[in-house]
Amino acid sequence: MNNEKFLNTVKKAILEGNKDDAVQLAQRAITEKMDLNKVIENGYIPGIQKVGQFWEEGEYFLPELITSAECMKAAMKIMQPELEKAQIDIRSEGTIVIGTIEGDIHDIGKNLVASILSANGFDVVDLGADVKLETFIEKAKEVNANLICLSALLTTTMTGQKKLIELLKKEGLYGRFKVMVGGAPVNQKWADDIGADGYSENALTAVGAAKKLVEK
Amino acid sequence: MIKTFRPKLELLSNELIQKIMDEAYSILENQGVFIENEEALDLFQEAGMKVDPHSQRVHIAPQLVENSLSATPPSLKIYDRDGETEYFLGGDEVHFDPGSVAVTILDSETQQERKAVTSDLIRFAHLADCLEHLHFQSTGILSTDVSEMVSDSYRLYIGLLFSKKPIVTGTFRIEGFESMHRMLVVIRGSEKNLAEKPLAIFDACPSPPLKWSNLTAQSLIDSARAGIPSELISMGMTGATSPATIAGTLVQHVAENLSGLVICQLAKKGAPVIFGGCPVSFDMRAGTTPIGAIETMMIDSAYTQLGKHLNLPTHSYMGMSDAKVNDAQGGFETGIGAVLAALSGVNVISGAGILDFIRCQSLEKLVIDNEICGMAYRLIDGIAQRDNPIALDLFKDFAADTQFLVMPHTRKWYKEENTFPKLIDRDPYDIWVSKGRKSITARAKEEVENLLQKNPPVLPDKETQKTLREIMLSDARKNGMPSLPKIDLH
Repeated sequence: MNNEKFLNTVKKAILEGNKDDAVQLAQRAITEKMDLNKVIENGYIPGIQKVGQFWEEGEYFLPELITSAECMKAAMKIMQPELEKAQIDIRSEGTIVIGTIEGDIHDIGKNLVASILSANGFDVVDLGADVKLETFIEKAKEVNANLICLSALLTTTMTGQKKLIELLKKEGLYGRFKVMVGGAPVNQKWADDIGADGYSENALTAVGAAKKLVEK
Repeated sequence: MIKTFRPKLELLSNELIQKIMDEAYSILENQGVFIENEEALDLFQEAGMKVDPHSQRVHIAPQLVENSLSATPPSLKIYDRDGETEYFLGGDEVHFDPGSVAVTILDSETQQERKAVTSDLIRFAHLADCLEHLHFQSTGILSTDVSEMVSDSYRLYIGLLFSKKPIVTGTFRIEGFESMHRMLVVIRGSEKNLAEKPLAIFDACPSPPLKWSNLTAQSLIDSARAGIPSELISMGMTGATSPATIAGTLVQHVAENLSGLVICQLAKKGAPVIFGGCPVSFDMRAGTTPIGAIETMMIDSAYTQLGKHLNLPTHSYMGMSDAKVNDAQGGFETGIGAVLAALSGVNVISGAGILDFIRCQSLEKLVIDNEICGMAYRLIDGIAQRDNPIALDLFKDFAADTQFLVMPHTRKWYKEENTFPKLIDRDPYDIWVSKGRKSITARAKEEVENLLQKNPPVLPDKETQKTLREIMLSDARKNGMPSLPKIDLH
């Protein structure tokens, strides 16, 4: 298979959300000692970009979007050790620690956000649901995160977002880790009131919002 | 006289019902459910179920489900604050109540969402008390002028003060149950009286798929032991937190609700349980949870049918809208939902006043929805044979100038046959113009004020008020709130 054709197959696998193909092609790129940087830049990334475009145009809905994002993640996971070995540094958009606050076991919204952020080039550390506030901070320190993303679906756990910011202030870390909040009961006003750096209404706007916050 | 036919909606064939039941039982036995509550896990262990304490997964044998179902009352009664008026929950009886729980209120002046405070909760409870087609009230708005830690008990406190109606509520924290239960006991005089004449229903929502949190499992246990009916609110989101197909979501719905029912019965055999829910058809484009979607209503109607098949009282969140203001969408989604719910014979229909994915409560909408509920009640009353013969006598002296308006038969029956809504516009165009071209929202706004002024709230006696306040204040103080917002008790 010539190079152009191979890259198109990669693109197609991502676009169609075919996880087996996305992973096998990554494996093949490694076995055949292709330039992984090029495979990613000219195959996987254009694929996921096209997915984003289809979403914008109303062609793709959430299941397509998330499936493609998951394919991208799976393929990248295969290539990551090789990239590290070859000391190829794939430019990360930033490191994000994300989770749903203690007392809240709803994590559908958070999963969407984590998946989309990851597919868009962020290193995402997903702590899961029902996460203690201290754990967010410990993890953020450990991975030197740019951003902490807090999700809350319940009005009761929403206050945990406020508490985390208070905790950051107490530990003198407010500002070092930017904080983005989201979840059904959360809005921009709440974000402003509690001193969060950012707010996102949904998974798609989260990408833009996260990029902006990391650049700051 | 021929017995009046009760119009009824059924979406599932018997064959499909059986298939859904079989799969739900199979999931409970083979995959099990997650229960993040030690006490509940112990109860399952004692009942001989396979429990993995580490993963908190419980496998529930069909026999235990069967036993729990036969222990559950097929119907129940709840009573108003005075303990005098009783409401039967069972069969195809229908009772509407306001939806809950909104985190904002639609401001009457600006028609924009804003945070609610105590005065809003008071007006909401008082208004619900005035609206005849809402049989129950609900603790349907969160007040932002009290600590979030006590927002569950505080909304019940306000509801008990300003409305006599039975109340649909629930806890947001495990400790919330104690003060809420104490308030209810104060109204009834003793724990025994409260258990005999329940005043409140406690909602408890499993977290889809197939998980009961520590809080919600505890609410089931505590309510069961106090004789408070638990409303099981399974809330799958098609294709997101439950299977994408409606039938698939129904399988999960039944499995989740049945596991909750078993917890209740293990805590207290014979505990009152209501088979309810708030599932939604997840919008794959917007990533939102539309309560006004026809598919959402289809799931609601269908699980109600399944609840009836299990011989249980039923509940549903229906008759609501995702519109952000009281516009045409607000009306038609609510109207369709309320009518379908009534036709499905849902015993408790929570939804009135709700906009914006259950985020927002509107008092204007509550008044409008009251009329929608009135229409739904009329519909399910059906078409009766009032006389025998039906009409032959009226045509005995039939002539070219026969006039029905003046017949005694007309005077006798027209008020029975028709409802007379106050807000719905039935004026000729010119009269509507002369009255100021008002939209239904504008008329509703006037009606809110009119009702609140004309009907002063009926408060509990002074002694009860004082005790309720003491319970609330003690709860608030324990949670770092030294005082409560001032309430004008007239």
